[in-house]
Amino acid sequence: MNSTPTTRRLVLTRSAAVIGAASSGLLLPELAKAQSGKLRVGLMLPYTGTFAQLGVAIENGVRLAINEQGGKLGGREIEYFKVDDESEPSKGIENANKLVQRDKVDVLIGTVHSGVQMGIHKVARDSGVLCLIPNAGVHMATRAQCAPNVFRTSFSNSQPTRALGAAMVAKGHKRAVWITWKYAAGDEAFEGFKEGYLAAGGTIIKELGLPFPNVEFQALLTEIAALKPDAVACFFAGGASAKFMIDYAAAGLKDKIPLYGSGFLTEGMLDAAGPAAEGVMTTLHYGDSIETPRNKAFRLEYAKAYKMQPDVYAVQGYDTGLLLVHGANAVKGDLNNKAVLYKAMETVTIDSPRGKWTMSKSHNPIQDIYLRVVQNKENKVIGVAAKALADSGAGCKMG
Amino acid sequence: MKSKGGTCLPFFSALHPMDFPTFLIQLLNSVQYGLLLFMLAAGLTLIFGIMGVVNLAHGSFYMLGAYLAYSLSAQLGSLTLALLVGALLSVGFGLALEWLLFRHFYKRDHLDQVLLTFGLIYIFEELRSMIWGDDVHGVAIPALLGESIPLTANLSYPVYRLFMSAVCVALALGLYLLISKTRLGMKIRAGAFNRDMAEALGINIKLIHAIVFAIGVGLAAVAGMIAAPVSSVYPNMGSQVLIMCFVVVVIGGIGSVRGALISALLVGLVDTFGKVLLPSVSGMLVYMLMAAVLLWKPEGLFKQ
Repeated sequence: MNSTPTTRRLVLTRSAAVIGAASSGLLLPELAKAQSGKLRVGLMLPYTGTFAQLGVAIENGVRLAINEQGGKLGGREIEYFKVDDESEPSKGIENANKLVQRDKVDVLIGTVHSGVQMGIHKVARDSGVLCLIPNAGVHMATRAQCAPNVFRTSFSNSQPTRALGAAMVAKGHKRAVWITWKYAAGDEAFEGFKEGYLAAGGTIIKELGLPFPNVEFQALLTEIAALKPDAVACFFAGGASAKFMIDYAAAGLKDKIPLYGSGFLTEGMLDAAGPAAEGVMTTLHYGDSIETPRNKAFRLEYAKAYKMQPDVYAVQGYDTGLLLVHGANAVKGDLNNKAVLYKAMETVTIDSPRGKWTMSKSHNPIQDIYLRVVQNKENKVIGVAAKALADSGAGCKMG
Repeated sequence: MKSKGGTCLPFFSALHPMDFPTFLIQLLNSVQYGLLLFMLAAGLTLIFGIMGVVNLAHGSFYMLGAYLAYSLSAQLGSLTLALLVGALLSVGFGLALEWLLFRHFYKRDHLDQVLLTFGLIYIFEELRSMIWGDDVHGVAIPALLGESIPLTANLSYPVYRLFMSAVCVALALGLYLLISKTRLGMKIRAGAFNRDMAEALGINIKLIHAIVFAIGVGLAAVAGMIAAPVSSVYPNMGSQVLIMCFVVVVIGGIGSVRGALISALLVGLVDTFGKVLLPSVSGMLVYMLMAAVLLWKPEGLFKQ
């Protein structure tokens, strides 16, 4: 029986629902969306706050790599979508969802801050969107919670410090004090240092820490002087690392107890720290002065394009772009062809300014870590501290 | 924390014997840090106590001072000169800000003041980014104060830190004299005690408030300028000191300059020895101190 006439109101509400669903993409077949129109690249980076410059450097790097390919990915035009994550962990999930659900990006590139990365990571795992990490070194992203659709092009937090130990022991510094901020990144950096230093035959006589982001180091410097170690190894990053080096030198320790650190101690800090940084030795996966044609060409090109010098973050962004280009080319721009895409990205060898690197099983770079020393306000690369260093990827089960 | 002394209680496992010279140096560290905290908190407690304004932007004035020190010392070629010019500029800035914004908020709810000053933090950060960029900068210590005094075989004490302490002591003394011994101080106290009565007696409270606010801004900026060579100059540096400032002000008793001094020294002591003796909980100790003081004296050590 056809006793219920279709009322005007019913038609209206139903069609409204259909239009709503269509506009939000619910009814569009995935395939049709992927092959028609532009490839949507989401950038979730800090554009304001402490890490603003890092976000800009990363975006510059990404764009440079893609522009080298004529500004296309796998033959498809690109549209960029940008969200400022403000390095604010509490908004991590919300901001990632803006890109994934509202803007329907095909790939999400982000971010710098490890806390924000956890939010992105959750969204990436839930939605399955391709996610490329251009900086944040938080272990879990390529360890216990690794995922087939998440790739890191930077480093894991323990990678730079993992290479410190052998270099220190080689210089005869066998008794060391470790100092860092007591927070996740500091703890993970310590894990790497401890593993490398003990393996090289060193002894950690004391582990010192202060709450993040406290910068009153004087009490702990007094402690270091009383302990009289052969050397001090540390992890600090951002504005406070300049202060740490200045305080370390002012306390008269610099000339008596050599200071080592993860390379982030001195990156971008040399002007601020001045003479206090001279002679400080660090390990990192990049150094401005790497003497290869590849690096020189990159630095020239970057400087031409952006009228400024690239740093390690720009390199990481550039490599993120290279990885994306490689993956997209393998699937001719159809990022929904996931099996082929992931396979291509897993087996890639990135010809990076930092040197060639490959992807580990848990999707983190297997890369050389350089030993650098600060000379005349420059991070001078003096050798390779660890060749083809991989993160353990402990606890990673893909699938 | 893991340590080799496995038989100790885990909580105290990091406790270690400290020889007497080291103890004295740590004591010096405590006092020096405490005085620095006082310099930061003095302006805040003054504005809070006398005008009843909750000023979350206090940290921004500290940052402003640091960046002024960076710019002016580069232009004028001397940190001392930069200090003088910077202090004048920041007091002028304080007067302008008071006239434009703050004077309309004295009688408003504390929540309105919090919203205003919270917004100002963002505005100042953005302005800082536009004017100075997001780089980390260093400020050179004047050559005269750049030396270090050897204390033990391998530890020296930077003269500049002693200079900072001296400035803080002078500031504390100056504030004390200003408030308790001068005519202006008398008017300030009268205004804080009973605004209407003071006005009825012919005291120009609006002017007094403008002066106090400008002094508060000046104090924060001077603290930033003096701290710049040791802390370096970087974005968001104000927000880091703001929390400590509030802890000091709350422990000392809101509005009490004397309370702020004693509380700052106390916080310096707890923080320094906490880091050395109980590193695993050092981040909490200062807040535990605050909680304990508030339980004992809910209005802080020295109620105004």
